[in-house]
Amino acid sequence: MTRNEVLKNITAKFKDSIIDVFDKSESRVYIEIKPESIVDVATYVFKDLEARFNIASGTDCRRHMEILYHFTLEDINLMVSFRVKLSKEKLEIASLAPVFEAANWIEREMNELLGINFIGHPELKRLLLPDEWPEGVYPLRCDYKEWDEKAIRDRGV
Amino acid sequence: MAKTIVPIGPYHPLQEEPEFFSLTVEGERVVDIDVQIGYNHRGIEKLAEMKTFDQVPFVVERICGICSTSHPYACTRAIEDIIPMEVPERAKYIRTVIAEGERIHSHLLWLGLAGHFLGYNTVYMWAWKLREEILDVMEILSGNRNNYAMFKPGGVRRDFKEEDIPGVLKKIDSIVPTLDMLKKAVIDDPVLHARTKGIGVLTKEESIDFSALGPTSRASGVARDVRKDAPYGAYDKIDWEMIVTHNGDVFDKVVLRVLEMFESVKIMKECLNNLPDGEIDANLKNIPPGEGVGHIEAPRGECFHYTKSDGTNSPERHKVRAPTFMNLPTYKATVVGETISDATIILAAIDPCYCCTERMAVRDTKGKQLYNGEELIRLSQERTEKIRKDWDAKR
Repeated sequence: MTRNEVLKNITAKFKDSIIDVFDKSESRVYIEIKPESIVDVATYVFKDLEARFNIASGTDCRRHMEILYHFTLEDINLMVSFRVKLSKEKLEIASLAPVFEAANWIEREMNELLGINFIGHPELKRLLLPDEWPEGVYPLRCDYKEWDEKAIRDRGV
Repeated sequence: MAKTIVPIGPYHPLQEEPEFFSLTVEGERVVDIDVQIGYNHRGIEKLAEMKTFDQVPFVVERICGICSTSHPYACTRAIEDIIPMEVPERAKYIRTVIAEGERIHSHLLWLGLAGHFLGYNTVYMWAWKLREEILDVMEILSGNRNNYAMFKPGGVRRDFKEEDIPGVLKKIDSIVPTLDMLKKAVIDDPVLHARTKGIGVLTKEESIDFSALGPTSRASGVARDVRKDAPYGAYDKIDWEMIVTHNGDVFDKVVLRVLEMFESVKIMKECLNNLPDGEIDANLKNIPPGEGVGHIEAPRGECFHYTKSDGTNSPERHKVRAPTFMNLPTYKATVVGETISDATIILAAIDPCYCCTERMAVRDTKGKQLYNGEELIRLSQERTEKIRKDWDAKR
């Protein structure tokens, strides 16, 4: 399949869940989808199109939380990034870890650093933060302010 | 049989990425593994949000001391991808040379340590002695043995001097005979075959499921290499081969890395011989709002950076994904079912940090320490010794 055929297939198969397609360059495409369809889309891209899961990156965009799931189709040198926007009132999305192992760790990371709940994750425990880190404090959020006051003082710097 | 928990880790101040492994063993067999990371979590992603786009490559260079070029390389490519833009030809070639030199010294470091864990201390000494030659080359070219600070968004910071190049080429040529010797030491040695073949196998399906990267995936027969799949730098202009082996065991990972070094030598030489003239910097001024992704093939696999700009001079978000983040979870598939004496080399085979193996300790469930790190390495070396003796007796 060529690059355009792949994109056409994805947009035709998931036309109800796709909100926006941004064809940035020859090797980069950003597709915004509805959060409830992420498992279907990711399963199709990973299993049927045999893409590699690069990583997901979560960002706090002030008004909403955003996750980008990056997949690489190696045969045609195309990186497709699926964007989902989550409202800050209801920070949850279905987990991809049951579909493929590669999503396991990054979801744990986003859970502790941004406070996104991944429904159906097999073991949603801490990955990077220390055990004594307080519950409900998410360091990658915009409103995180303890950086200068607590974290540094406690280390005696 | 009673289950015993084996804690491995977590700290070693010299190596990168400290990790903590908790192996559950029944007698000699490993039945379960749990990995904890984050002991050296420095919050670099948060830190990068407070730096300018010119400073971010310096910050990410400090993530890792061994592959210090992969992070700035991926980072500068991510920043260039926001626009998107191409860097000048000469800068591409210079970047390629630096990246490949780093691959050689990283693989040599790994080969030496793998030899040490297996009780081949001669390989250890030879590999590390050879690594010095490559570090000298890097010092001539960039001014530093490590942390070269060569990369900036839009090009490189420092040009190669024409008068240095003949000497560098000679030096690169001089390492090939020793590399050949190391290759023979690995491929022709029957004891090493007996010790590492069929140990810690990662199958092709598992490799795809875990999205394993770099040598870890290529040793399982999954031909993945960013340098071929999404060519960057000068990799599409020169002739080189992607090495793929098919068994997924420790032996294949060793062989693959040794053969890759020959390819890296080839790439370095070809780049230095065909270095184009011209600018080394595109003089990038403003970064527009937008987002970019940069990925390159580091010695351990794909290094991935995502950066988002809001039009100011610092990133709104900078995501870093080091290759070991994807390779470490494959322990779940490779270590379970093997013995403790093999655990050291399997844990080392994906080329993580070595702190884990040096700080290994075996405890029984009451907390009494059974083995410490040195003893576990000794256990591994004794096993090689036993195989060697058996082999000699057979002859």
